[in-house]
Amino acid sequence: MNIHEYQAREILRAHGVPVPPGEVAETPEQAETIAARFGARVVIKAQVHAGGRGKAGGVQLAATPAEAREKAARILGMEIKGLRVKKVLVTPAEEIASESYVGVIVDRASKRPVFMVSREGGVDIEEVAARAPGAIRRLVVDPRYGLLPHQAYWLATTLYDEAPQQRACAAILRNLYRAFVESGASLAEINPLITTPAGEVKAIDAKFNIDDNELFRRESIAALRDVSAEPPAETAAREAGLTYIQLDGNIGAVVNGAGLAMATMDLIKFYGGEPANFLDIGGSSNPEKVVNALRIITRDPKVKVILFNIFGGITRCDDVANGIVEASRRIEIRVPLVIRLTGTNEGLALDILQQAGFGATTSMDEVVQKAVEMAGGAPRATD
Amino acid sequence: MAIFADESTRLIVQGITGRDGSFHARQMMDYGTHIVAGVTPGKGGQWFEGPGGKRVPVFDTMDRAVGETGADASVIYVPPAFAADAILEAADAGIRLIVAITEGIPVLDMTRVYPFVAEKGARLVGPNCPGLISPGRCKIGIIPGSIVTRGPVGVVSRSGTLTYEVVNQLTRAGIGQTTCVGIGGDPIIGTSFIDCLAAFEEDEETRAVVMIGEIGGTDEQEAAAFARQNLSKPVVGFIAGQTAPPGRRMGHAGAIISGSSGTAAEKIRAFEENGIRVARRPIEVVGLIQEAL
Repeated sequence: MNIHEYQAREILRAHGVPVPPGEVAETPEQAETIAARFGARVVIKAQVHAGGRGKAGGVQLAATPAEAREKAARILGMEIKGLRVKKVLVTPAEEIASESYVGVIVDRASKRPVFMVSREGGVDIEEVAARAPGAIRRLVVDPRYGLLPHQAYWLATTLYDEAPQQRACAAILRNLYRAFVESGASLAEINPLITTPAGEVKAIDAKFNIDDNELFRRESIAALRDVSAEPPAETAAREAGLTYIQLDGNIGAVVNGAGLAMATMDLIKFYGGEPANFLDIGGSSNPEKVVNALRIITRDPKVKVILFNIFGGITRCDDVANGIVEASRRIEIRVPLVIRLTGTNEGLALDILQQAGFGATTSMDEVVQKAVEMAGGAPRATD
Repeated sequence: MAIFADESTRLIVQGITGRDGSFHARQMMDYGTHIVAGVTPGKGGQWFEGPGGKRVPVFDTMDRAVGETGADASVIYVPPAFAADAILEAADAGIRLIVAITEGIPVLDMTRVYPFVAEKGARLVGPNCPGLISPGRCKIGIIPGSIVTRGPVGVVSRSGTLTYEVVNQLTRAGIGQTTCVGIGGDPIIGTSFIDCLAAFEEDEETRAVVMIGEIGGTDEQEAAAFARQNLSKPVVGFIAGQTAPPGRRMGHAGAIISGSSGTAAEKIRAFEENGIRVARRPIEVVGLIQEAL
């Protein structure tokens, strides 16, 4: 789960990391009021789950409340990487003497939390890693002990030369680690961590990715989810216990299992088609899930054909067949369905479908080729 | 021969009285797996009724279950909130092979579980995996027994149903398997592709290996380099997720392209550069394995 910058800043503040004040506005008028209250130059920042906000014009400086209102009006409603901006963070502009990067992630290779810090802050850390890998210091944390004081201090000494800043930074790193663990994050970063001309160390921008698997035990973090920042179809799918990711193509797909769902998308592409979505109905064979899946896919106006690819193991093919028949009674499906079912109770499923007037096959390649044809054929004429 | 589990394996089912645990315990017993005990806290002293009148004693703790039955393997069907501790309990009780089926274990829990299990010298398969099956010998987990048959091919995969798809095609083409291992779709898993390749290399019955990967991480790339250095047996590969958009989790917690790393193209390249023939479609695995054998 993604959370917004302003929410990440709140988590940091609650864990004792110095963060400048800031408030969220949903209208230009609110932005003006907030700016007037701060009584200084402010930065207006788009709150949207996408990187590259600055380049897209989603971060702007305003010298007066009137200008804050004008800039907020420009940013609110703007689209950044396909996501509409509905909120802005208004925060006093800071004088910056230096910018660093500090972050902690769950590292797959070492199977541990790993800190990464760099004197090159304010830019994308992946860019730094590609351009100047030597500019990033890494430290592997033993999660059973946490980030030890001397480790935090060592990291801080690689970032700052002055003793007061090293001490301040070490404290920030230990608090960042606590915030990371206590919010169930898979990534927590401060970028930039700045020093002011007076020598203070402060977190200006923060990003947290929360591990979805943590949400069951972290109510206050789960409550940070901003449903308005997600595609509505993905919210509906999550609430129905499905994993759904919308894509740009015109072939809808309903598959059981994540690996098979990806392989199905790939096979659609292989035969010259374009998948409209990733959708995994999961392992249990509940007909209701099939109904919900069809309800979600049929709302996508791009979809010209819906493909089922079911390999029955735990999932029983007859349950899926019943779900398809049930869905065709309850919701209007204007596009053709092409169905592949194989495995557990395959014969039963084929009978159920046939009686309801649906055809079905047991071959994955066959059904995908058919779907591509029905969606308008393979756009291979230009090859 | 087979890897990790065979007819001598003595298995405990952790969470045997739950909905999933009881269903799959019966399936495993039907397949012929020696289930010697079940564990559910608070249900010790009960008996689990298996198929064909077989009964299995249920214990409160792993320590007692292992003490009474001499089990050497366990399979975990407990909910995510308790699964990390169930793994630790199994390792603490001296279990050598722990197969964690549970999906949804927080990854920070796994950062603490992994070193503990490693220090105990136990092997963890999963979590978030379908388990493993050595056809005709032993099934631990949820891979359907009906789609496998005994033969010379080792199969290792990060996914469930995609593995079934490929294994089913192999079986229908008359090509059997020594062991099929689903290593799991999470970012931190106990047994890697490399562990499985090394075990298949040691296994005399295995003559070729199928490796099914997906987007996210670098395990496939490392396994490809390992195969070139250490494997005398041919390997055939498949990678799912060529059309997956970056930055999105494709169902599995570990299936995500971060920045520009972990793409299908990168993994396919690593396979090919290290002499692993790559199937473009799942069905092509069959032909490539036939040529390899």
